[in-house]
Amino acid sequence: MSVRRLAEENVQPGEFSFNRENAAWAKKKIKDFPKGREASAVIPLLMRAQEQDGWVTRASIEHMADMLNMPYIRVLEVATFYTQFQLKPVGTKAHIQVCGTTPCMLRGSEDLMKVCKNKINKEPFKTNEAGTLSWEEVECLGSCVNAPMIMVFKDTYEDLTPERLEEIIDLFEAGKGSEVPVGTQIDRIGSAPIGGLTALTSDPNVKKSKPKKTKPKKTESATAPTVSAVEPSAKAAASKSPTSKSKATPAKKARKAEAVADLDDKNRPQGMERPADIDDLKQISGIGPKIEGILHELGIFKFEQVAKWKKAESDWVDGYLSFKGRIERDGWIEQAKAFAKGGQDE
Amino acid sequence: MLEDKDRIFNNIYGIHDKSLAGVMARGHWDRTKEFIDNGRDWIIDQMKASGLRGRGGAGFPTGLKWSFMPKENDGRPHYLVINADESEPGTCKDREIMRNDPHTLIEGCLIAGCAMGANVGYIYVRGEYIREREALELAIAECYDAGLIGKKNIHGYPFELYVSHGAGAYICGEETALLESLEGKKGQPRLKPPFPANVGLYGCPTTVNNVESVAVAPTILRRGPAWFKAFGRENNHGTKLFCISGHVERPCTVEEEMSIPFRELIERHCGGIRGGWDNLLAVIPGGSSVRMVPGEDIKDCLMDFDALMEHKSGLGTAAVIVMDKSTDIIRAIARLSYFYKHESCGQCTPCREGTGWMWRVMERMVEGRASIKEIDMLLDVTKQIEGHTICALGDAAAWPIQGLITHFRPVIEARINSYSYRADDDGAVSRQAAE
Repeated sequence: MSVRRLAEENVQPGEFSFNRENAAWAKKKIKDFPKGREASAVIPLLMRAQEQDGWVTRASIEHMADMLNMPYIRVLEVATFYTQFQLKPVGTKAHIQVCGTTPCMLRGSEDLMKVCKNKINKEPFKTNEAGTLSWEEVECLGSCVNAPMIMVFKDTYEDLTPERLEEIIDLFEAGKGSEVPVGTQIDRIGSAPIGGLTALTSDPNVKKSKPKKTKPKKTESATAPTVSAVEPSAKAAASKSPTSKSKATPAKKARKAEAVADLDDKNRPQGMERPADIDDLKQISGIGPKIEGILHELGIFKFEQVAKWKKAESDWVDGYLSFKGRIERDGWIEQAKAFAKGGQDE
Repeated sequence: MLEDKDRIFNNIYGIHDKSLAGVMARGHWDRTKEFIDNGRDWIIDQMKASGLRGRGGAGFPTGLKWSFMPKENDGRPHYLVINADESEPGTCKDREIMRNDPHTLIEGCLIAGCAMGANVGYIYVRGEYIREREALELAIAECYDAGLIGKKNIHGYPFELYVSHGAGAYICGEETALLESLEGKKGQPRLKPPFPANVGLYGCPTTVNNVESVAVAPTILRRGPAWFKAFGRENNHGTKLFCISGHVERPCTVEEEMSIPFRELIERHCGGIRGGWDNLLAVIPGGSSVRMVPGEDIKDCLMDFDALMEHKSGLGTAAVIVMDKSTDIIRAIARLSYFYKHESCGQCTPCREGTGWMWRVMERMVEGRASIKEIDMLLDVTKQIEGHTICALGDAAAWPIQGLITHFRPVIEARINSYSYRADDDGAVSRQAAE
């Protein structure tokens, strides 16, 4: 238990509001919980507010309470109970969280804290003179086999030495934090042992299986586990974004082949050139990153476009995605209308 | 020794294709509809037959836990809640499942949901696991798109799955505190009974399961309970993710057979103890909440629930923290005491006050600034906290210190004596005062 209080009044901003993207996200998040249980969304929403402003302000706490129909004190309780919420402003370029619990301590986290004390401020939570950096000691961050480690914003930096930490701090101070590879800082794959795998060295793909239609055969080059050749950071980067492109290739191809003839169908909704300000179609419940990509291929980028679909057109898209009526069930068009309207209001 | 073909998490290091197609090629999401069609009783019977014990630390049989959910629906919805609030110091196994092999968990959620009549599942991820949460959300979106889960899906069992998260409170790993947190409150544990299976999330029947327990379920059903039961000793079956941290040559997370000897685990996967086996001081075998085992005793000990219980310790989450002879063992435990002081939720007086008390005494013992009789006083305090709180955090705070005093009392005494000798030389404190 620790006593945690809100920041002094003179640093508290007067008001808080979510930006447009976060407001739409919040609306959707609240819907994850049953009616009348909106309070369940308080932690995710406060966290999003912290991401937006850098710390949790009194105004944001009150805003959340109004939004979720909760008494102020309930949200205050949550904000002061959970230690991940920063109740005072922290470094603008980086707030360095050093894990100091025993597994990290055994592997040298105290030396990391010395670096922070020298380079940033003797005291935790206090910023350096420029106000750009701050640090704190946190309890176990759950990367114990990659100890010692730190966390900055959303990413962890693991297997550190004091020298490497100094470099990382300098890079963040110079505004080049994105250049630091995330995860382990040494030659190692994630949580696997240094120097090479001791398990999972064989090809994991199921070799023979009874022909089942639910089970697409892997046609692409099987990623042979050539351990030494796999660069951890490159691998992580590669697997982050383009998964949605490379995945489900056989299924997608089949669907394409089927649908190619249909592409000229008169019921195909009219597409457009990719405009500069595309809408985030994922806000529509039922559209994930993958479906959004397919819609983009069809030239659909804006809520207005979806909102204007006629029955035949929505049926065509449904067929193209082989959805069996999900567009109607999820009510994409109504949702899109609401989103399109919301956009025009602003 | 476990072979690759018997490893359930075949992409735990994330070196293979993480997409749905890649996951299916490795044998997941196979025959799932068949299991759902067999019905909840069949699933529970299979799980019971497999001998799977919960992987969250307590080791309660998973099949039995699932069977506690009411069979008849009284109008209240049933909920499945996945405890992904992995905060036990030393433990980092669920992180690997979520970021590298999330489909095992999602498929497990569908099956577990079916087994307990739940149509809604929540995965509560700890707040610090942001990238892990994103990976999980991406995989869930993939499953929705492919119609594997959702209101209408190809398996014919409606199931919605949502991800929520905490914000840095260890106590939310306790199941009722987790439910409180999921309801948007402070994470303070509830009194039991009523148990969550009757009155859980939003007052409805709920089962809270660890990530690993649920993620292994689909493979158990696919390969049969007999396969799973073939690993490990009686009452300690299956495979398990071990996280070995601390003073080994190569710390790592690895899936191994239950009941593997400690020496074999370390030699095979971690390249031995730093400085050789003679340099081993002590091991905390199951996350910070269990008592430590001295090096001599654990070298040939089997890593399972029962064998470690015989050493008055436990398998816990199988987070093995190894300490060599360079470790200041008193400081290592004092740091854990600080952890528990920091994480106590403040609800029960023995824990709120006691954890701070124990930490302050421990800090003095690190320096040696204590008297010999305070060792017994400290031990007595731990006994008074243990068992006198709503949840097990009080016990968890007490056990590491009890382990230390049981096995390393001479070290503490020597430190106190050397401090008072030094003080004696300075003439500030007389030796009698310390004794």
